[in-house]
Amino acid sequence: MLSFASFWLGKLNVHSFPSVPITQLAAIGLVIGAIIVIALMTYFKKWGWLWREWLTTTNHKKIGIMYVLVAFLMLLRGGSDALMIRAQQATSVGASNGPFPPDMFQQVFSAHGTIMIFFVAMGLMFGIINLIMPQQLGSRDVAFPWLNALSFWLFTAGMILVNLSLVIGDFSAAGWLAYPPLSELKFSPSVGVDYWIWSLEIAGIGSLMSGINFMVTILKNRAKGMSMMKMPMFPWTVFGSMVLVAFAFPILTVTLTLLYFDRTLGMHFFTAGMGGNAMMYVNLIWAWGHPEVYILVLPAFGIYSEVVATFSRKRLFGYASMVWAVWGIVFLSFLVWLHHFFTMGAGADVNGVFGIATMLIAIPTGVKIFNWLFTMYRGRIKFTAPMVWFMGFVFLFTLGGVTGVLMAVPPIDFQVHNSLFLVAHFHTMIVAGVVFGFMAGLNYWWPKVFGYKLHDGLGKLSAWLWIVGFTLAFGPLYILGLMGATRRLDHYSASLGWQPLFIVAGIGVLVIAAGVAVQVWQVIYSTVKRKENRDYSGDPWDGRTLEWATASPTQEYNFAVLPEVTSRDGLWEMKHPRGHDVPDVRVPQTEYHDIRVPKNSGHPIIIAGFAFLLGFGCIWHIWWLVVVSLVGILVTIFAHTLSDDDGERIIPASEVAAIEAAWQARRQRA
Amino acid sequence: MRKKYRIILPIVAVALVAALTAWYLSRHSIPVFEPRGPVAHQERGLIFLALILAVIVVVPTFGLTIYIAIKYREENHTAKTKYRPDFDHSVLFEGLWWGIPIVIIGILSVVAWNSAHSLDPARALASTKKPLTVQVVSLDWKWLFIYPEQHIASVNLAEIPANTPVDFQVTSDTIMNSFWVPQLGGQIYSMPGMITQLHLEASKLGDYFGSPANIAGRGFSRMNFTVRAASQSDYDAWVRKAEAAPRKLTVANYQQLAKPSDNVPVSYYSSVPDGFQKAVAMQYMMPDMSLAKQLGTGANTQPATMDMNMSSDSTKQQMACQDGKFCAMKSAPATTEKTSSPASTTKMCGTMPADMNMSGMDESKAAMSC
Repeated sequence: MLSFASFWLGKLNVHSFPSVPITQLAAIGLVIGAIIVIALMTYFKKWGWLWREWLTTTNHKKIGIMYVLVAFLMLLRGGSDALMIRAQQATSVGASNGPFPPDMFQQVFSAHGTIMIFFVAMGLMFGIINLIMPQQLGSRDVAFPWLNALSFWLFTAGMILVNLSLVIGDFSAAGWLAYPPLSELKFSPSVGVDYWIWSLEIAGIGSLMSGINFMVTILKNRAKGMSMMKMPMFPWTVFGSMVLVAFAFPILTVTLTLLYFDRTLGMHFFTAGMGGNAMMYVNLIWAWGHPEVYILVLPAFGIYSEVVATFSRKRLFGYASMVWAVWGIVFLSFLVWLHHFFTMGAGADVNGVFGIATMLIAIPTGVKIFNWLFTMYRGRIKFTAPMVWFMGFVFLFTLGGVTGVLMAVPPIDFQVHNSLFLVAHFHTMIVAGVVFGFMAGLNYWWPKVFGYKLHDGLGKLSAWLWIVGFTLAFGPLYILGLMGATRRLDHYSASLGWQPLFIVAGIGVLVIAAGVAVQVWQVIYSTVKRKENRDYSGDPWDGRTLEWATASPTQEYNFAVLPEVTSRDGLWEMKHPRGHDVPDVRVPQTEYHDIRVPKNSGHPIIIAGFAFLLGFGCIWHIWWLVVVSLVGILVTIFAHTLSDDDGERIIPASEVAAIEAAWQARRQRA
Repeated sequence: MRKKYRIILPIVAVALVAALTAWYLSRHSIPVFEPRGPVAHQERGLIFLALILAVIVVVPTFGLTIYIAIKYREENHTAKTKYRPDFDHSVLFEGLWWGIPIVIIGILSVVAWNSAHSLDPARALASTKKPLTVQVVSLDWKWLFIYPEQHIASVNLAEIPANTPVDFQVTSDTIMNSFWVPQLGGQIYSMPGMITQLHLEASKLGDYFGSPANIAGRGFSRMNFTVRAASQSDYDAWVRKAEAAPRKLTVANYQQLAKPSDNVPVSYYSSVPDGFQKAVAMQYMMPDMSLAKQLGTGANTQPATMDMNMSSDSTKQQMACQDGKFCAMKSAPATTEKTSSPASTTKMCGTMPADMNMSGMDESKAAMSC
């Protein structure tokens, strides 16, 4: 018989709150932070503004800003996890057990990986795509603006669930991918793995929607005359990445659901015994997991293409080759998943095939590096902060890629699998590949989004700190892996001699933290001094692509008159026409028309709110809440779908004219 | 910063780091690069080969990068520096940077295929000596080593004779782990319900560090083990020492061992029942296959069958075994519910067949009836 409490509260009880002092401190800090924000908002009477301007917006640029903000906050969270990991591993030697007990340490690194991949990397990626890509395509918005907002709020709901685990309950201690049998109920009886499952389920559905949204945007929303082969490189890489999203994320959703069924309904998909097979989970999760890392890196490659071409004042070298390389990477990334578990014993034939497939990806990736180098060749290179990020990427990512090719040889992998060598490899790929790309993109496109440039000197300093810090933090890890150091250890024996390397790695992470601090200062300082760094022209870098043809910050409707292009680098051709004359869209028009833009909608955040409650209910077995949330989601979806509202509002031509005239006046000042 | 400091300071910093690294490496060994067995030796050779092939591409690329970055920097442009803003295509260059990587990856692919086969962990090592079988069971949080032919077992220390191939058969009676002895060779996962194989050999005497190489719960950082390569006589003495251990590996003692504990000191068990590791793995095959039932320490209880294709309403028979011998059933299901031919079962006792195939029983390999 269900007691009153267990019906209404499920598994929640007073013991669900943290009992370890460090966690209690973090939880209290989180709650106090939230209370302060809420108090300030109420005091300054900003709730209405927040609701109208941000919480219900369907404008892709605002959604992009919110993604980047959430991602950055999560970078701070994931980064503090990293500091804790390094602190533990530098001190937990011999007789000392370090500051964190094993249970807690295992939650820390599980949270670190989960947050960094799903909320920092994915968040920055979707954020930058939202901020810039529609303008690059010469379009007014993404294909499905309302869906775009829903994707963002689902992402945020997942993010809140992960962070809530700090305050109520605990988090998974099974690593960022939660292999069974460890993640099954028998070995992980607490709600931690369920928090992990549900935050990813919800965020993952948001990602899948974005995948479809951006694919359709690229296919259908390009400017007149912009064939696919005249698109800038960034949308090409986004397109490849979104194809991967569309095919890979359903695998994640299904696999997590099956694991949840094992844990909650007593099923046996992946259990040890009763017909379950943990190897199937490993295969499924990596069939998603491998495409996921290419989902992340491809848009970063696209950003490098934009940055290098602009700051070399030269056309991107080998455009067609670059496009083929993207598709090579997309295709191959579905054929390599087994290299994540060569040591599971699939046999020589299977290991051999997947090893060779893995190595093949090095070819298109190498091609891209050379194409960027030869974009710089015979150019006029300006080493702004984005270019410093790019150079750091070239050196570090290439070296990390070499270690990847090494591990693609199965017997080599047998010796380094699951060691710190592996950890160093994938951090090199993700940090020096993905994160550096997004940092370069943020510096590059900041003026477009906010109307003023970021201080370049501070940008370069932060890039150098990240590069040096990363080398110090992960160089030792390559050596440690070869010394036999397995990943995720919370303690090791003093006689192994590993500690000095861990200490150096700890120093490296502190240098990276300094880099992050400089970035924060860069933003604060540049914002305070923005009058001196204003971008009046909309084109501070003498850019090549269409996003620079809008005002900075971009008008709500992007283009008063939708542009037309006849070649690649559409804006460059408008500025330096040769032969064919394409009208420059920045020149004032004699006639403006009414523009339809997507309207605000409160439905996305409401649906995401119900999704959050659904996740919470599933985690704590509060079944009435699960039912209510499901009903709430469905009712809101129907309310949206069946409403007569066409979801658009009209900006009258007079208002467009006024906005454009103001922009022209600012341009004169530039 | 003044221009000359901008160049000198980084060079000094890099030199300092390089010197410190060299000093550290001179005082510490890198086990993967100091193999003590043929498998690890070949794996190290592969690492060096792959690195050399990679360096062939990477070093010129880095040189080119630095050259281009300096020469074409806007501030470094002279009247003679070429600026070709539309130079975006070259069949020659494309041919080179598609072609050369394809060749290098082609060579590495052949290497990968061949080595995946020659260094397949399940493949026996070439040797004149008869291989020693060591059965490994990963527990929370220690390693049990069963020597089936010697009928002994040890915890967290596996002594092997040097220059003798060892066939490690690895399973888990808890969650997934990974059995890794870096100086002897690469690792293999240990998984419940499955038995993986890893062939290793030690070519020098010594104690080799063993690592649990997969996250396995709270105590997994404290379950390192040692593989000790000894002379034949020392190894024989060690086996005799284990045979004299007061405890036997009964089901009860095993279950005591399997309770969660970490930092477990080395201990020994004399007298291990035949087919013990197989029974550990088989626990996960059917719901009622506890160790006690399989190894016959319990009274007559609900029997189980080995045949995976059995339907649930096939006739089951009790099984009873003595002397720790392993019992198995081969059953033929009742043909249909309507016919009168009943299900038949044949009981066989004896040592388990050497092969891992559990679907049906190969009657010719089983020993005689109990």
